[in-house]
Amino acid sequence: MRRTFSMGGVHPCDCKISADSAIEIFPLPQRMYISMSQHLGAPAKPLVQKGDKVKAGQLIGASAGFISANIHSSVSGTVAAVEPYADLAGNPVMHVVVDVEGDEWEESIDRTSDVVREIKLGPAEIIKRIADCGIVGMGGASFPTHVKLSPPPGKKAEFLIINGAECEPYLTSDYRLMVEYPEEVLLGARIMMKALGVTKGYIGIEDNKPAAIEAMRRLTASSYTEIKVVPLKKKYPQGGEKQLIDAVTGRKVPSMGLPIDTGVVVQNVGTSYAVYEAVQKNKPLFEGVMTITGQCLGGQHNFLVRTGTTFDRILEYVGGVPQTAAKIISGGPMMGKAVSNLSAATVKSSSSLLLLTEEQTRRRAEGECIRCGKCVEACPMGLEPYLLNKLSRAGRMEDLEEHKVYDCIECGCCMFTCPAYIPLLDYIRTGKADVMRIMRSRPKK
Amino acid sequence: MGTTFIFTVIILSVLGLLLAVVLFLVAKKFKVEEDPLIDVVEATMPGANCGGCGFAGCRAFAEACVKSKSLDGKFCPVGGNAVMQKVAAHLGVTVEEKAPMVAVVRCNGTCANRARTSQYDGSVSCRIMNSLYSGDTACRYGCLGGGDCENACQFGAIKVNSQTLIPEVDEDRCTACGACVRACPKGIIELRNKGPKNRRVYVSCMNQDKGGVARKACSAACIGCRKCEKVCPFGAITVENNLSYIDFNKCKLCRKCVAECPTGAIHAVNFPPKPAAPATPEAAPAAAPAPAAETPKE
Repeated sequence: MRRTFSMGGVHPCDCKISADSAIEIFPLPQRMYISMSQHLGAPAKPLVQKGDKVKAGQLIGASAGFISANIHSSVSGTVAAVEPYADLAGNPVMHVVVDVEGDEWEESIDRTSDVVREIKLGPAEIIKRIADCGIVGMGGASFPTHVKLSPPPGKKAEFLIINGAECEPYLTSDYRLMVEYPEEVLLGARIMMKALGVTKGYIGIEDNKPAAIEAMRRLTASSYTEIKVVPLKKKYPQGGEKQLIDAVTGRKVPSMGLPIDTGVVVQNVGTSYAVYEAVQKNKPLFEGVMTITGQCLGGQHNFLVRTGTTFDRILEYVGGVPQTAAKIISGGPMMGKAVSNLSAATVKSSSSLLLLTEEQTRRRAEGECIRCGKCVEACPMGLEPYLLNKLSRAGRMEDLEEHKVYDCIECGCCMFTCPAYIPLLDYIRTGKADVMRIMRSRPKK
Repeated sequence: MGTTFIFTVIILSVLGLLLAVVLFLVAKKFKVEEDPLIDVVEATMPGANCGGCGFAGCRAFAEACVKSKSLDGKFCPVGGNAVMQKVAAHLGVTVEEKAPMVAVVRCNGTCANRARTSQYDGSVSCRIMNSLYSGDTACRYGCLGGGDCENACQFGAIKVNSQTLIPEVDEDRCTACGACVRACPKGIIELRNKGPKNRRVYVSCMNQDKGGVARKACSAACIGCRKCEKVCPFGAITVENNLSYIDFNKCKLCRKCVAECPTGAIHAVNFPPKPAAPATPEAAPAAAPAPAAETPKE
């Protein structure tokens, strides 16, 4: 019996149609739009001006606070502008625009593909290097990695879990990394374990990725014995931090708590690879694997894309947006964001561009709630989505707080399972945002 | 059978009398002393309980008035000056006349003026749309058309026009309670002086982008050209962040700015149609933006 998380969850289609497409290097575009806000927390402060020459890997945005991250240029060329530019939702964010000239990297970066196995740096140096290289969580939330690797005083990490669940349908970027660069991923995990001072690690992989499990097992059996591969029974949202901890260890993160409260640190496969490159190759995070997929698309791709490439450039390269495509989503179909502005650029954690047809995305007419309880069954956090929806629509903030709306991870299981097609998450999400604002505005005890 | 009936009547009557006495005594003992004036004041209130005054309802407003014995900073937008005068008479104080206000929608990004750049298929609610993206046009300041203002209005005074997708205010119904102002996530709706004979001049745009960007997004956008600021003889117009704003306390309704605005972003409402021959040379181009400028209701 394969392990999985204990509460809720749904089974959307697998749809990993791009799983067999090997990672290709995406050609450099002529212009790059590098956002200064690619992470959770304070936006980085631009360090370059119009007309400056930059190299790939050069620091162009300085971290502005503890919860913030450095931004590096992903290309070499001349800075054309430092100005607000619309992100994928159309809201202006400070960007550094670079006109690409050649492909010159900083000399300190090791550009060879040799695997460097010996970890020379000590724990503090590793965390400093990760912060310097601007590594953020590649699982979607873009939380600065060095913060996660520095547990608050009084909290101690017992082990590290590498998140290879990739439970979202369609996405295959983590899968390709695990199949093509398994040793680099495991080395990244080993580096983070050294930084945390832990001796035990797990890598959780859903059982719909047997090749990845096989590749990891082969390595962990011989040389990476401190890391254990845990095959997981496929269920969405297994890749959620709290769900993954439950699935792998059986520990439950308390309400409003953090993974570290249970002695666990979770890092994504993509983050692990980025940590390896930063610590062993001195390479800042400025490129990542992106899945370009959709049934309406001619070919399925996994590209290694430099940060700051515009979405329309990527779509143009794969043959343009097909006539049948009705919605373009950045991320997976369950938690991704619909792109309303195609001239927006990719960020560090961009994992996918998904093209869906009218038939696949159509919202059906909303019916009445008959309190069948399917959403309650599906909620992986044990909430009552039907009730939260009603309370949010009525603007009853105190009741929303009492019913723990702040625990919602916005996975969308409730909306996916609702037989009346009620847009539960739409209302719960706004209600949660309002409640969080109220909670933050209260004086701290 | 007969005795059961009689006993029941007697027992229930005695019980009833006893409890009545108990209730009477309790009511005497625990009587809450309340100013009877509160009831009198509450009776004069419109009873809409809309919260437009800033209090929880008409009763709470009446209580606050009676307790503080002053009407400073208190105003019932629904009842207006008439009700406030009555309340003042009951309390024996004087109250300042307040100019009647009305809600004004400061966006003219109709389907004709603003091209759609994407199509939204999610839940129809401005609050949700605003949390997801900047809007389905290139203007991120403009109306989302989700109708949160319409849902917030208790008086049926604001409705989204299904053709233009911009809300329109029914001036006769609008009480200036401010519910729509609070509901709009983009802050488009403003309470402005109703003006003499309901005549008003205002900038119907919120776009703070630079001129070119704003114009490209919407043909009726304020481009921050400052022509209105220069032409205004009363200093009522200020341009900040590429957006013009008319101070309704200073505006004398001369409409020179309306004629000067190159995009027709300044609206003048409820004015009689202009005479055919313009009186001043500045007013000559008035014919061009006239269709937008002379819309009877915004």
